[in-house]
Amino acid sequence: MQDLGIRVLFMGNNFIRLLGGLWITIKISLISVVLSIFLGILLGMVMTLKNPITRCITKVYLEFIRIMPQLVLLFLVYFGATKTFGVQLSGQVSAVVVFTLWGTAEMGDLVRGALISIPKHQYESGAALGLENIQIYRYIIIPQTLRRLIPLAINLTTRMIKTTSLIVLIGVVEVLKVAQQIIEANRYTVPDSALWIYGTVFFLYFLACWPISLLATWLEKKWKN
Amino acid sequence: MEKNEKLLEIHHLRKDYGNGPVLKDVSLDVHKGEVLVLIGPSGCGKSTFLRCMNGLESIQSGEILLDGQVISGDKTKWSEVRQKIGMVFQSYELFPHMTVIDNVLLGPLKVQKRNRQEAEEEAKKLLERVGLLDKKDVYPRQLSGGQKQRVAIVRALIMKPEIMLFDEVTAALDPEMVREVLDVMLELAKGGSTMVIVTHEMQFARAVADQVVFLDGGEIVEMDAPEAFFNCPKTKRAQKFLNTFTFESKDE
Ligand SMILES: Nc1ncnc2c1ncn2[C@@H]1O[C@H](COP(=O)(O)OP(=O)(O)O)[C@@H](O)[C@H]1O
Ligand SMILES: [Mg+2]
Repeated sequence: MQDLGIRVLFMGNNFIRLLGGLWITIKISLISVVLSIFLGILLGMVMTLKNPITRCITKVYLEFIRIMPQLVLLFLVYFGATKTFGVQLSGQVSAVVVFTLWGTAEMGDLVRGALISIPKHQYESGAALGLENIQIYRYIIIPQTLRRLIPLAINLTTRMIKTTSLIVLIGVVEVLKVAQQIIEANRYTVPDSALWIYGTVFFLYFLACWPISLLATWLEKKWKN
Repeated sequence: MEKNEKLLEIHHLRKDYGNGPVLKDVSLDVHKGEVLVLIGPSGCGKSTFLRCMNGLESIQSGEILLDGQVISGDKTKWSEVRQKIGMVFQSYELFPHMTVIDNVLLGPLKVQKRNRQEAEEEAKKLLERVGLLDKKDVYPRQLSGGQKQRVAIVRALIMKPEIMLFDEVTAALDPEMVREVLDVMLELAKGGSTMVIVTHEMQFARAVADQVVFLDGGEIVEMDAPEAFFNCPKTKRAQKFLNTFTFESKDE
């Protein structure tokens, strides 16, 4: 009986349940990444302004998000918001809020870096051709910024997928939680299932992140100037 | 060709970046078909002067006219004026994310809204003229410095500008590539193009210029035909400047 812990994986709909958990993980990451990219581009553009007030605010925001462990942020939003403001946020919504706050800060900084790394003469040679400001951004600056940004955004996605394992702790049933439940349910019949189930989870994470990493590396090579 | 027609007029231009004037009361006329070579010590304001001519720098006082129209006012549509004033810079400033032909076509297609086929034909012809037709589909990173500058010249030329400004376009090049770029400019000059050229290549200046303009301390110190200027400069400052280009033999 105890020989084949892997058996548990194929009992009932256990494997499907794991995949369902993985889907929750990926869904939360993707929604957060998409929101982060939009908000991050805005934040990054604001961060390049010379205005001291926006500078100060964005800087404080960035530092705050970076210093806070993501888990603390999750607790703060999930438990804090509920108690203090009486807003009832589900675990998944809290997770999206926190990961978006975090992703926006990271993206914002990346966008800022990409924008200021475009040399001044790129703007000027566009202007010298008679391009309007909007055209300079559209045809010269933004395409170059995106090329620098997309591989970084993809890396951020994989980091988010990995960090979502924390949301178990605010009660979201994602892939790790499903794994725990399966192991618990089979504790007496298949005591050594943990290795197999967690091993499967490991592979699922790997399968989700690896292609994304490959894509990032490939794009980075392709667009290297 | 009407050589006396004034194409670009600069009257009493003063430019100040905020810590003292860089150009103080500079006046200059560029006639149609004329090649002016602007020389002077580093930091004397040559680049600034060129950049004022196409509005990349604002000016503090004075007036700039193109074809008799004031272009230094507040209401100037620079995107229109700059189509008539082509400029090539010292740094290689091709757009790195576009192929050579796309670099050349950006202006004609997006600024002038020309027909793609017609513009592409012309682009190819111009690239052929500078010997780079076979490079039309490569990215700038695959080109040498000299090739990049020739593409940059084509990119400016295809707009059919009335006047071209060149700011030390060979200064960042390896010596063996200088010639290929200068030859392109020389050919343009022979073809009757109006040009203002900033350069440190004195042999080239002598060959290409109709007038040499010597700028120092933010003002035009001397202006003359190249033979006269190089053989017997009238001012002390010009003499001193020209001396920096000659060496005494160590045996003497
Ligand atoms: N953007 C700028 N801001 C402030 N000072 C500048 C700027 N560009 C040029 N200058 C100053 O103006 C002077 C002339 O510069 P420049 O026109 O580049 O000279 P040149 O091209 O003859 O070497 C220099 O003293 C330079 O330091
Ligand atoms: Mg200069």
